[in-house]
Amino acid sequence: MLEHEHTVVGKTNDPVIITRNATKEPKSIQWILISIVLLFLTLFLVVPLVAIFVKAFEKGAEAYFAAIAHPDSLAAIKLTLIVVLITVPLNAIFGVVAAWTITKYDFKGKNFLITLIDLPFSVSPVIAGLIFVLLFGLHGALGPMLQSFDIKVIFSIPGIVIASIFITFPFIARELIPLMQSQGTSEEEASLTLGAGGFKTFWYVTLPNIKWGLLYGVILCNARTIGEFGAVSVVSGHIRGMTNTMPLHIEILYNEYQFSAAFAVASLMSIFAIITLIIKSFIEWKTDYKSTKAS
Amino acid sequence: MNIVTEGKRKKKRTIPGFGLTMGFTLLYLTIIVLIPLSMVFLNTFTMGFQDFWATITEPRVVASYKLSFMTALTAAFVNAVFGVLIAWVLTRYEFPGKRIIDGLVDLPFALPTAVAGITLTTLYSPNGWIGQLFSFKVAYTPAGIIIALIFIGLPFVVRMVQPVLENVEKGMEEASASLGANRMQTFINIIFPELVPAILTGFALSFARALGEYGSVVFIAGNMPFKTEISPLIIMTKLEQYDYEGATAVAAVMLIITFLILFTINILQWWTGKRFSGK
Repeated sequence: MLEHEHTVVGKTNDPVIITRNATKEPKSIQWILISIVLLFLTLFLVVPLVAIFVKAFEKGAEAYFAAIAHPDSLAAIKLTLIVVLITVPLNAIFGVVAAWTITKYDFKGKNFLITLIDLPFSVSPVIAGLIFVLLFGLHGALGPMLQSFDIKVIFSIPGIVIASIFITFPFIARELIPLMQSQGTSEEEASLTLGAGGFKTFWYVTLPNIKWGLLYGVILCNARTIGEFGAVSVVSGHIRGMTNTMPLHIEILYNEYQFSAAFAVASLMSIFAIITLIIKSFIEWKTDYKSTKAS
Repeated sequence: MNIVTEGKRKKKRTIPGFGLTMGFTLLYLTIIVLIPLSMVFLNTFTMGFQDFWATITEPRVVASYKLSFMTALTAAFVNAVFGVLIAWVLTRYEFPGKRIIDGLVDLPFALPTAVAGITLTTLYSPNGWIGQLFSFKVAYTPAGIIIALIFIGLPFVVRMVQPVLENVEKGMEEASASLGANRMQTFINIIFPELVPAILTGFALSFARALGEYGSVVFIAGNMPFKTEISPLIIMTKLEQYDYEGATAVAAVMLIITFLILFTINILQWWTGKRFSGK
């Protein structure tokens, strides 16, 4: 052991040179690996992204805007917005409360609770749709009761909303739990000792600490809600201008061979996906910056 | 005396609102997730074992399990290999456009699956940009399904491995090199073992996601029974024929497989946690 140390130190007096050579691959290998990665990502991510916009404008800008301004497209955009405006706030409230419960208190079965919250991540979207048909459908468990009150859930907007809530249920809680776990409870305890109430403590102490994590979760939840296809497809009934969200509208246009119209609507959603990624990268940069400043 | 009171105070919850927040969490979880999911098993129990067994062993259903399983497994494997490579290049090397590439890796999470589906189908169809380069059909065959599943599962392994790679101690690599190991030996013997739990977790997440995926696959698969019909599509078809029992039975089998994968992930995480705390 000692001998080895001696030979290393003996070979050269500059340890920096040793570190650089010994823990890095030769430049040639580096560039081969970088090229493979860039080729793979170009093939799987960049080419599809470019293709969406090329196909969308294939028949010219006029056809592009006509496809988006079509009443059915506008209805789909409006419905998607409604679904997002209900789903995201509800899941944000749940996410914050669940993360607070899990990180601020000690209780048994915490890991089991986290597993249950994560469950919708792994359930197939089609099954997510199916379970609400089994619950609220005409032949479902609550179907006859809902019918007697003349409430329609399946093949109608409430069904789309509740399926979306299920699919995006874990997103915000999932982002907040590790963040709040690392922050601990000392700041809240200090605030309570100084006489602030529970809610006041949450509003003035906890919330400012988790705002970036919350925004991060909201952005991801938002993107998934807008794009959800399988679950919504099962419960929507595909009624044009009524229960078609943007992804379902794309499907119909595509199946009717209106390819450029389908890609026009798809390009709108892609622009939104890119904005999501930019905000996400911005938050990552911002929080990294903050953590290095704090340390 | 002091110690006793401190011990007592630690046991008491200092932050108020436990009952309220716990109650809300459990209520919301029960209404949105637990009750709806339990419907699958309740409906399976009422249909009787013989009907259930007959449905899930139908040749067409069995063919869909096999196809879903094989394509998901292949895609998850490709994603594991390239995931490690992408994570490695992004954490260890510098090159122009690295930040953009790093952000772009999450595209499959942000892009709606239906958009991915129609785009990949157009690209890989026989006269599409990429499809025309192949002498065999890619879209409307299992190969097309695998392409779609690689796309949607791409970020999982990258995002699991990246933080671990950032935290591998340089000192260990230096020690390994100073003891005479070359770079390949250092990677296989020192770095790779550190990554194994993250790779396996990412693989399992990617596999679970691929098994249940519908939106991106349904366009590119062609959906021919026995050939390119995945299990989620079987559920969809049965639902469209108002065969709720059949759909539920197939869903129950898929859910059980999903629970097994989740159980494996939890064990992996417990193992990782134990390894880290053991250090």
